[in-house]
Amino acid sequence: MSRRRSLTIAGIAAVISIAIAIVISFAIRWFPPAASEQAHNTDRLYHVLVIASIPIFVLVTAVILYSVWQFRMRPGEELKDGPPIHGNTRLEVFWTALPTVLLLGLISYSFVVLHENEKKPAREIDIGVTGQQFAWSYQYPPSVTGGKPLESTKLYVPKGVSVEFNIKTKDVIHAFWIPAFRIQEDAVPGITTHWRATPTRLGTYPVVCNLLCGLGHSLMRSKIHVVPEASFKSWLASQLSSASTGAAASTTTAGATG
Amino acid sequence: MSATAMSTTTAPTPTPTPVRKGVLARIKAPGFIRGGIFFLGGIAFATFLTWIVRASTGHSTYHNFLSWEAILTVSLLAAPLFFLVGFGGFDYWFYWAAGRRTRPEDHSGHGAYTWKDYFRINTDHKVIGIQYTVNSFIFLLIGGLIAMLMRAQLAQPGSHFVDANTYNGLFSVHASLLIFLFIIPVFAGLGNFVIPLMIGAPDMAFPRLNALSFWLLPIAGVMMLASFLVPGGAFADGWTAYAPLSTDAPIGQTFFSIAVQFAGASSIMTALNFLVTIITMRAPGMSFFRMPLLVWANFATSLLVVIATPFIAASQFFILLDRALGFNFFNAAKGGDVLMYQHVFWFYSHPAVYIMILPGFGIISEVIAVKARKPIFGYRMMAFSLLAIVGLGFTVWAHHMFTSGMANWIRIPMAITTAIIAVPTGIKVFSWLATLYRGVLHLDTPMLFALGFITTFTLGGISGIMLAMIPFDIHVSASYFIVAHIHYVLFGGSLMTIYAGVYYWFPKMTGRMFDERLGKWHFWTTFVFFNLTFAPMHILGLEGMPRRVSTYASEFAGMNLFISIASFALGFSTLIFLYNIVTSWRGGPVAEANPWRGLTLEWQVSSPPPVFNFDRVPTVVGGPYEYGVPGAVHGIFAPTPAAAPAGGGVLREPSR
Repeated sequence: MSRRRSLTIAGIAAVISIAIAIVISFAIRWFPPAASEQAHNTDRLYHVLVIASIPIFVLVTAVILYSVWQFRMRPGEELKDGPPIHGNTRLEVFWTALPTVLLLGLISYSFVVLHENEKKPAREIDIGVTGQQFAWSYQYPPSVTGGKPLESTKLYVPKGVSVEFNIKTKDVIHAFWIPAFRIQEDAVPGITTHWRATPTRLGTYPVVCNLLCGLGHSLMRSKIHVVPEASFKSWLASQLSSASTGAAASTTTAGATG
Repeated sequence: MSATAMSTTTAPTPTPTPVRKGVLARIKAPGFIRGGIFFLGGIAFATFLTWIVRASTGHSTYHNFLSWEAILTVSLLAAPLFFLVGFGGFDYWFYWAAGRRTRPEDHSGHGAYTWKDYFRINTDHKVIGIQYTVNSFIFLLIGGLIAMLMRAQLAQPGSHFVDANTYNGLFSVHASLLIFLFIIPVFAGLGNFVIPLMIGAPDMAFPRLNALSFWLLPIAGVMMLASFLVPGGAFADGWTAYAPLSTDAPIGQTFFSIAVQFAGASSIMTALNFLVTIITMRAPGMSFFRMPLLVWANFATSLLVVIATPFIAASQFFILLDRALGFNFFNAAKGGDVLMYQHVFWFYSHPAVYIMILPGFGIISEVIAVKARKPIFGYRMMAFSLLAIVGLGFTVWAHHMFTSGMANWIRIPMAITTAIIAVPTGIKVFSWLATLYRGVLHLDTPMLFALGFITTFTLGGISGIMLAMIPFDIHVSASYFIVAHIHYVLFGGSLMTIYAGVYYWFPKMTGRMFDERLGKWHFWTTFVFFNLTFAPMHILGLEGMPRRVSTYASEFAGMNLFISIASFALGFSTLIFLYNIVTSWRGGPVAEANPWRGLTLEWQVSSPPPVFNFDRVPTVVGGPYEYGVPGAVHGIFAPTPAAAPAGGGVLREPSR
């Protein structure tokens, strides 16, 4: 087989592989359902990254497989050497410059997504998050409750309203991660950290501690409830009324979060 | 030693015949007995020191003058040093410092004639290289066994195979052993054996320092493992040991803080040794741009080690001082700064990932050039890209901290440098591919591992670039996606290169050939089960499974069971390697000097090489990879010193 013919076959095989891989990449369920505006942006970024990566990986694999196919030592070639090619400056400049441009393009796009995800919208509520070995508790300030501040082990947020979480810890470092929102940030002793998300999908999603915090780290899991704004208001009202009757009750159940 | 002295002495006696000695003489001689006695002396010293300090600072009861935790902490620092003194690691320097007679050309510590010579202070770089490599593989097996225990626990959610504290200890010790006692030292071991041979030197620049730096390693490894035996269990805060979790942890944490000091000191000593050896001991004609790329790679790695390693030493000393003496470096309530720990830690630990891969790049360059029978494509770019990685490697550390709560702006420049550092790595991959193209590929075991490495490492590189994208990293940081990524670069990357290197130089190191059929089995089982084990972890992380957990939400059960089964198969594939190496070393076919028809200098001497490597000093006359150039050689051995070309007469190949 001539070199030209084998290269054509390899090229076609590579293009088909790239196409199939891209189709498969859309078929795979990579993420849990996206429940925030930020999650949609991040998922789109991920898909762009996957689509950009597939041709690179296929190219590398294709060259290896093609070389194994065409250039492996045949019987009788035990003492044969390849041609003494030491390099090709133009090719080397090309494979330095092209990845640089590609990477700068991708990283710029990621900065756009980052800016989009962290932008402060016109309307936003604040919720405090406190990590403690090995449970989360949440603080709803007066600006949110419309009355007294509320301390709870349950996390409810209204759909469609941006929430800024102000994250603290009482002991070691924890990480406040909501995979459905695609965001996390560490809870760090001595400082308050922040992240924001706009919930877009009703439902109940896991809240996970994502930084080793000791013996109970594996079980430091909780739930976030995304509810319509009206339900959020009524939930707050019911919590406030029950809190005034049994403030002690909520603190004793701190370990068993909802 | 002058030439006349050489000629009058008969062939040097290989080893002083052991004369029956008295008990006292045996105790006084360097070795394990004297080392053990000194070791006990170290514990006595620690006991006395803590007692005198505590007594002088005025404890009210006698009971408190002796605290076992204080004694243990000081013993961990002092007893190993005492042991090394007793073992003989410092003998020569002590003679010199005391003004006693030293032996300027003392080669009594050189060479290995029985297995016992591997268990003493030995100054021969080839012996030390084998000591390093075998020691590292022992810790690979222990670390791998620990991984099996972890996968047994994770086979199903809510399992009680081990408790949470033990599990946290297992993954912490697993990572610490495989980083500090396997990947970093095994590269130092292969480099130790090969580099002096490759550059045409009789040994390393500082053979006694070399011996000492090896013996620090088993101490560090035993210390990490011994932490399982103390109350409260092994250190359980990950190999990252983030404060303040680590500063409040039980005594096991101290074992990590101090073991890292010994492993780190060993790294630094070896790196200095490599740098001086490579800079000053190259054979005539061996210019920097005639050095094999493995030498370049270890040169670059050694620069990283000497600059970066002091930072992890510092970070663990901070933890130690916080724990033992209440310094409050990381106690936020007392003005400590928790994020500072992470910055200092990652300022070492990011360059450390390049410390753990650059020597592997060097190995792959050697294997691919020889096995594809072609010169490395773009040799100079390969060397420059190593140096670019050294420079850029120090500018990316905070990408481990995108979700740590540090100032937001730091993320932007660190993300850019993280993306850019992929460019020199990409150059290397493309150069290897171009080297393969139109070669004559010998697809034996070292080459299979090299080709397998390129594919798996490319995947690890791609997931690394993804992690540079801040919004994506904010989702998957510290999740199982990270576990997948680091195993693709450290197992699919570093370990694959180590296997390639061990098979490639096995004939040179042992004088025996390995079993090629078993080698191929080893490759294919490793390659397949590696991917089956670690590829699904990417998805687990994207789906929201955190790392470092002993149990997990039930939705992840199916995939975890699959991973556990694949990981056991991966573990068994290692037994093929072990069996092959042990049986081939004992009774494999005798290897010729140059079974791969390599051009670099280590293949121009016998297998295994003579005690002082080169009976005649080689002169380097061309590049290291001139395959396909008719009649090309890398080095020539002048028949007699008189016949060597007079000053400046070194032959030069026209540059390509």
